[in-house]
Amino acid sequence: MSQATLRVQKISGHAGSVPGEDAQRKEYTVCKLIDTTTCIGCKACEVACVEWNDLPFSETVFNNTYQTMPETRWNYWNLILFNEHEREDDSLMWLMRKNQCMHCSEPGCLAACPADGAIVQYTNGIVDFQQANCIGCGYCITGCPFDIPKMNPKTHRVFKCTLCTDRVSEGLEPACIKSCPTGCLHFGSKDDMLDLAEKRAKQLRDHSNFPNAGVYDPPGVGGTGVVYVLHDASNPEAYGGLPKDPHVPLSVKLWKGPLKWLGNVAMIGGLVGLFVHYLRYGPKSREEEDLATRPEGGKP
Amino acid sequence: MSSSERIIPHGHVLRYNLSERLTHWVAAASYIYLLFTGLALWSPWLFFWIAALLGGGQVIRTWHPWAGLIFFGAVWYMYVMWAPQMRHTDDDRKWWKAVKYYSTNQDDKMPPAGRYNAGQKFLFWGFFWGVLVLLLSGIFMWIPQYFAWHSVIAMRISVVVHASAALFTIGLFMIHLYMGLFAERGAFGSVIRGDVSIAFAKRYHPAWYKEIVGESSSPRK
Repeated sequence: MSQATLRVQKISGHAGSVPGEDAQRKEYTVCKLIDTTTCIGCKACEVACVEWNDLPFSETVFNNTYQTMPETRWNYWNLILFNEHEREDDSLMWLMRKNQCMHCSEPGCLAACPADGAIVQYTNGIVDFQQANCIGCGYCITGCPFDIPKMNPKTHRVFKCTLCTDRVSEGLEPACIKSCPTGCLHFGSKDDMLDLAEKRAKQLRDHSNFPNAGVYDPPGVGGTGVVYVLHDASNPEAYGGLPKDPHVPLSVKLWKGPLKWLGNVAMIGGLVGLFVHYLRYGPKSREEEDLATRPEGGKP
Repeated sequence: MSSSERIIPHGHVLRYNLSERLTHWVAAASYIYLLFTGLALWSPWLFFWIAALLGGGQVIRTWHPWAGLIFFGAVWYMYVMWAPQMRHTDDDRKWWKAVKYYSTNQDDKMPPAGRYNAGQKFLFWGFFWGVLVLLLSGIFMWIPQYFAWHSVIAMRISVVVHASAALFTIGLFMIHLYMGLFAERGAFGSVIRGDVSIAFAKRYHPAWYKEIVGESSSPRK
């Protein structure tokens, strides 16, 4: 895959068709697989992300856990979430989840964005923010069910994981994948990754006493470009609030759907209605002077 | 202002004094800016050319909230000036019952209106409550980082509420423009020069006219 193949298939806030739409063959969708069951929380991926993307230093706070900071930031796109989880037999488990943009097939951020070209989705599935076009309204933040886009308060531009678009377009794997020492991170086509994930989940169910092990690829957002293998797929919330059934928020669907249609019809209908009213009834009086000379009342 | 000061030579009466006119135009200028920049964020079909005309997406996003504060200030000052005159009366109820005569230009069948008729009062209160809702929802979208409770949820609600309230005021605004520019000849001049003809006052606001001239006195020509 080369830069030339980073073709755009969806554009935020865009009037009209997508340039080059349907002009070329559909390429495969890329996917990151994160096996939470073999993650040791070493944070090599966090460092690799900051290094490769040249992200500036981000101050943090210590809150008695191994977690680097409370949540991802505009300059910290990849964060391992540490969660202590008590199982039914009272045994303790450490759940570690690498949190970053999920690269949804139906991205809520892109749907909510009003700025032309500020968010694009490439044909390989990567959702990428174009900061040059970002206007800093924060609507993408309201559209994301995973709380990922973060605004730089100084420049008012929003940032998040790019899935290392610059690396992927040159045929390299994302920096986080390259840095993982346990091999819990994989990168490839969506089909291959799902296949691998299902095999691993089956292994966990059959041989490792995790009967609820499964794959997280939520259909509510059309599936994601990042899939997880979870020990307990029935309880994704335990992994630092991974939503069980994420959707593009109702508010975004409402105002980008029915409200917009209703508003457009009302506004255009109103203009047409007033124009027709004027044609039918005209002004209440012809001229001011006219009014002055006419007796009170009476139709003009 | 006393009643007699409202009478001016050449068969005219003063309808809006200078501060009323200034406030109106501060509100109008800021509202028109808000309308265009807001519509740019409403639809991609309006974004690309409105944003280009008004300095780019970042520029309109930066200035829209400040224009909002100016508009709010202007509407608030209108409230200070006009709230007592905008109170709903029994005559207003009669006016609404007869609104079909008003909208079909049969003004002689309308109950006598005061300085503001019931429709104008509705416009005023619509904009008053509209701007409050727009301000509140707008602030959540402008500076969500200053709100303690989950700001993303507040923002989600605000986006929908802001758009709905804006649509409501756009409806009022269209009717206001139609009445002022097209339907009532003389109304536009009144908010520029401040005066209307005696005939205008008698025709559209007879109760107000009576109040100015008094029952017995005859207007100076």
